[in-house]
Amino acid sequence: MIDKSGAALWPGLAVVTIATGYLIALLAAERETVIIALLILGIVAVAAAARLKLLDAVHGSFARHEDTLGRFAIVAALAVAAFFHDDHFVMLLLTTVLLYSVATLGLNIQIGYAGVLNFAGASFFGIGAYTSAVLNAQTALPHLLVIAIGGLLAALIGSVLLLPVLRTRGHYAAVVTIAFALLFRTFLEVNDVFGGPQGMQVKGMTMLGWSFNDNIEIGGVTLSLYMNYFVVSLLLLIGVFVLTQRLERSWIGLNLDALRLDETAAACFGLDIARWKTAAFVVGNFLIGVAGALFAMVGGFVAPNNYTFEDSLILVSILLLGGIGNPWGVVVAAVIVVVLPEKLQAIAEYRFLLYALMVIAMLLFRPSGLLPRSVRRYFPGQPS
Amino acid sequence: MIVELLAQYVMNGLMLGMMYALVAVGFTLFFGVLDVIQFSHGDVLTVGAFTALAAFVGLHTLGLGSRWLDLVVIVLAATLAMALLGMVIARYFIMPLRAAPALNTLLITLMLGTVLREAVRLFYPEGANPKPFPALLPRDAVALGAFNLRLDNVLMLAAGAGVIVGLQFVLSRTRLGLAIRAVAQDEETARTMGINFTAIVLITFAIGSAMAAFAGVMNGLYYNEINFGIGLYLGVVGFSAAIIGGLGSVYGAILGGFLFAGLQTVGAVLLPFASAYKDVFAFAVVIAIMAWRPTGLIREKISERV
Repeated sequence: MIDKSGAALWPGLAVVTIATGYLIALLAAERETVIIALLILGIVAVAAAARLKLLDAVHGSFARHEDTLGRFAIVAALAVAAFFHDDHFVMLLLTTVLLYSVATLGLNIQIGYAGVLNFAGASFFGIGAYTSAVLNAQTALPHLLVIAIGGLLAALIGSVLLLPVLRTRGHYAAVVTIAFALLFRTFLEVNDVFGGPQGMQVKGMTMLGWSFNDNIEIGGVTLSLYMNYFVVSLLLLIGVFVLTQRLERSWIGLNLDALRLDETAAACFGLDIARWKTAAFVVGNFLIGVAGALFAMVGGFVAPNNYTFEDSLILVSILLLGGIGNPWGVVVAAVIVVVLPEKLQAIAEYRFLLYALMVIAMLLFRPSGLLPRSVRRYFPGQPS
Repeated sequence: MIVELLAQYVMNGLMLGMMYALVAVGFTLFFGVLDVIQFSHGDVLTVGAFTALAAFVGLHTLGLGSRWLDLVVIVLAATLAMALLGMVIARYFIMPLRAAPALNTLLITLMLGTVLREAVRLFYPEGANPKPFPALLPRDAVALGAFNLRLDNVLMLAAGAGVIVGLQFVLSRTRLGLAIRAVAQDEETARTMGINFTAIVLITFAIGSAMAAFAGVMNGLYYNEINFGIGLYLGVVGFSAAIIGGLGSVYGAILGGFLFAGLQTVGAVLLPFASAYKDVFAFAVVIAIMAWRPTGLIREKISERV
């Protein structure tokens, strides 16, 4: 096939490299003025690039060389981790970004592909988290298994909502999940079994006798204990990312798109609506639960206040900021949403407000997100 | 003893039902004219309640006011301010997205709700904590056997009923009501008949939001406490109530409100664990109702056009 788009690899590589350098600079910056200057620089640079039509080349490059750039992005992530190898705080932050990305990718399968609304993302995240809190304390199950069980439980409890979600549409389905989010949080607060409002401690992860909560010493170099979690989370994200991409390209993704765009027409073409909605909802919740289970072990603590309706809206904000349906956008938006309030402590208290305002502005002026989903490509590596 | 307890439950159920009905009517009105669910409706209620509280504090620092003047001023301040807020929301956030996918409208109202809720929590002095709400109504009680019929409850119920009857009168007997009904039935035909669509939508949002503010003040007077989360709760419950009755029907919304309150009260009486898990129970009922009758007891007429 002749490559009509003629997109070169280098714009993509350049952007990933610049973004990596920028992220390192932002994470390393300590003084508030420096951080704000960097943020303004970033916004101006992106706006200028958009103005000069440089972003189109980048876009083409990503469409044409997605797999190569994906590998390069992994290298970039490792480079960032290597730079901050002994900084607990930054490594924790990076791990958080990775796990939020995983959870939002799960949400993306539900909202972005199948169009099944889920405003209880944080609740399913919380189900995974509480699963690992309880199982790590009460049983000696291998922790990887615990993480899988966390995902399964989230999917299972989510299945209770399937009947109302399948029978309702749009706004009505949204209310079902909102009611569940509020129910879940209230339940955690009033019951005594799961520690009530105080929450519970979570034991750290161990794998094959290797305790994740110890710092790593290799030849005189000390690595932060969060490096363990970072590597595991990165592997998880890579797996989920590839799964999402494969799903989107496959006939399953095609079915889900048809379902989202027009349910009636999809049914006329013989698609089993209930089956695909169920599949998307269950798989999405499983991924969110897995991320939650691992995140609880990273943080070492679970409490009802971490799984509120507002937190669910944050996951939706990440999805919307990034561009619904685009996994790359999800990762970029997760970086923005997670890192910003931590680096700028002044805005941390206002984060829900700011994200809500950001999403409103987005909906009014750029509804397709920062990185809009591109037109479906039927063959990887081929222009659409 | 049993009878008094029962009377107490009935009174409580009626109060809850009135508040739910007032909120549910708003959802129904908005759905009627614009075919959208205004998810920030509950948070408009919160802002209304806090506006009333601020007005009260303001009156007191000025050293003005008797009990009844206070009451009139805070109700007016809350309803007028929320009517304005409702119009702003409709004009600048919901109407511009009419051509966009339904998901966008839903998200923007959800996020607006978050903005309002967070704004109250962050910017109202100590807004994160529950605030005491002044008891402005007379606390006298009439003893009926061992049951004390409290005057303030009776007054609130009467006022709520008055608002609903007033709305019904406007909708069924005035030109404005006729225009609202026309827009709800068929927007394009209404336009060709010379109805100013935008104006009618804005007025409807003003009416609905003012009613939410009224419910917010009522909530404050009844519990003598408000917090920034009440709106989210009342919004979800009010929406479910509107759905039980079938969206788009005012009577349905009122019926749904009282039905939901009844269910909740009966649940609290019959289920021993329900008092601690009161809210959990309420939300479980919401989910169960949606599973049972997704478009309400009076089914919404859905026609699919391909």
